[in-house]
Amino acid sequence: MTSASPQASRLQHLIPGTLVFVLALIVAWLSFTAEPSAAFLFPRLIAVVLLLLAAWNFVRCLLGLSRVGSGISPSELKTIAPGLAIAALLMYVAAKLLGFYAAAFIAYLLVYAWYDPASHLDPGAWARRIGVTAGFMAIIYGLFAMLLQVQTPRGMFF
Amino acid sequence: MEFLNYFGGVFEPVAFSLLVGGTIGGLILGATPGLSPTMAVALLIPFTFKLEATQGLILLGAAYTATVAGGAVSAILLKIPGAPANIATALDGYAMAQKGEGAKALQVSFLASGIGGVFGVLLLIFLTPVLAQWALAFGPSHLFWMAILGVTVIGSLDSKSFVKGMLSGCLGLWLSMIGYDDMQGAQRFIFHDSLTGGINIIPALIGIFAIPQVIDMFSKGRVIHSITEVAIQKQAIGESMKLLGRNKRALSIGTLLGSVIGLIPGVGGQIAGLLAYDQSRKFSPNKAKYGTGYPEGVIAAESANNAMVGPSLVPLLTLSIPGSPTAAVLLGGLLIHGIFPGSDLFTNYPEVAWTFINSMLIGQILMVIFGIWIAGYAAKVAKIPTPIMAASVLVLALFGSYSVQQSIGDVYIMFTLGIGMYVLDKFGFSAAPLVLGLILGPIAEANFVQGSMIANAMDGPLAYFLVGPLNLLLVGLVIASIVYSFWSSRLDRASTEAAS
Repeated sequence: MTSASPQASRLQHLIPGTLVFVLALIVAWLSFTAEPSAAFLFPRLIAVVLLLLAAWNFVRCLLGLSRVGSGISPSELKTIAPGLAIAALLMYVAAKLLGFYAAAFIAYLLVYAWYDPASHLDPGAWARRIGVTAGFMAIIYGLFAMLLQVQTPRGMFF
Repeated sequence: MEFLNYFGGVFEPVAFSLLVGGTIGGLILGATPGLSPTMAVALLIPFTFKLEATQGLILLGAAYTATVAGGAVSAILLKIPGAPANIATALDGYAMAQKGEGAKALQVSFLASGIGGVFGVLLLIFLTPVLAQWALAFGPSHLFWMAILGVTVIGSLDSKSFVKGMLSGCLGLWLSMIGYDDMQGAQRFIFHDSLTGGINIIPALIGIFAIPQVIDMFSKGRVIHSITEVAIQKQAIGESMKLLGRNKRALSIGTLLGSVIGLIPGVGGQIAGLLAYDQSRKFSPNKAKYGTGYPEGVIAAESANNAMVGPSLVPLLTLSIPGSPTAAVLLGGLLIHGIFPGSDLFTNYPEVAWTFINSMLIGQILMVIFGIWIAGYAAKVAKIPTPIMAASVLVLALFGSYSVQQSIGDVYIMFTLGIGMYVLDKFGFSAAPLVLGLILGPIAEANFVQGSMIANAMDGPLAYFLVGPLNLLLVGLVIASIVYSFWSSRLDRASTEAAS
């Protein structure tokens, strides 16, 4: 998935570089301060290496030497944002609130409809989308509820 | 020849049905661009919970074998490799299909895959017990270094940046430490209630491999993708077998290179296919024909990428070190059934181990039969619109990750790791070392702690971890993998700068 071209800007590289460095600092601090120390013997070893590598990566980002990775362009972000928002709502909120099957049905239909090049005003396209979604959810229900007997949260609906 | 005693288990009705189902399903999933073998196997793991360990592994093994081969269908008929392992196949396969030799290309591709695959599994059969016996000599310090070696090798081979490859491995090791410490009962790095039980490997694998691909599919936007499928003409299988017989050199190069590459942790099918294609061309008297629809190219690439499958499981089954992300997923499949691979596997669970390996051998033959039979249909599945694929994988990821422990926390972890991996991947970090760090972390820690206790009772940690031929060999390999990674990333940078 990683692509070397086009390259992300220095600023773009700095954001994940800084986040990873901050995370490494937190991990190192927790590893050397938390008790009991015997439980943090191995974490300390890893934390030191993690911190060194994260600092090295951060400096490289700062100097503009970090060039691997295409980054995320604003136009790409704009394209993925609706799908990402639907997915995040499904995973963090709707699955538990509405019930797994109802939430998954809605999320599936929304993702399909949003990224489907067919017109949103075409009733035929909507009939196809709803049909595909219902068919897929029936398979999921058959596999998980009936075959694997997974008890999913029912939420407000199902 | 102990393995011969366990062939019966493969032909039990449930096991054989799973083998056939896994092979057909794997061929279809493999032909679907965007569904990598690793992701397909990760999404299948929840379906193995209700099965016995052997049956679950048969399903996963069949899917692994068939997805690698199935990727050739879309590579040949649509010029879209189903998986990175099939990139080299598309070079000559699609050109053959355009010349009206699509059926010949598919038949030759599956026959070469089958021969390469059988050779690879035979290597697995004969090498594994020998290495497992050798692994009995391993103590905690050796197992610790082996785990670290697994992470550094993958970090060096699977990343374009030295620092980011190693950093990915370290992040994986850190993630593995989240939750309760088994020995002291202490809480470590629990930033949210969902993390109390630690990070379960299956939701993590689903998140790391499936969610970035879903987001990648989102990034294509509302575009009508015009995929031109090349029609398949009828072709007698006998002709394709004769063609394969006339191209023994390409078949041998692909099979041998693929098998050797499979044994090296982290190298994988993509490199196997491309390297075999390149070497076969170098040794061919008809170099100029490569890329123009020459069957040798397809034979070399496909025999290599399937020959790699069996040997890639050798380090997993003998040393419990998964040599590839897909092997790491298979390790997850073993662990959920309470089976820990390693030197004891063939002593404590010979039926599970041998039936699984034998099923991979039978699976190669089934893959050839079903591959040739359903290739045309599989190509149609490959044309499923991207929005449907994205929505389907998203919903499967939700249900799959929840079903592991029936915990909504696992869903949160899966999705959060998935988003994090997407962002990291875009900035040059790699999924493979992160996953291996996550899987090998507990092995490394347990052996580090155990080794430290022994060291305290003996001559101290330096003497215990750094003295002895095996320790020195492993430390040397760790250092060599780090130095190689550093050197190759500098070479990459230099060549990029020279090109620009």
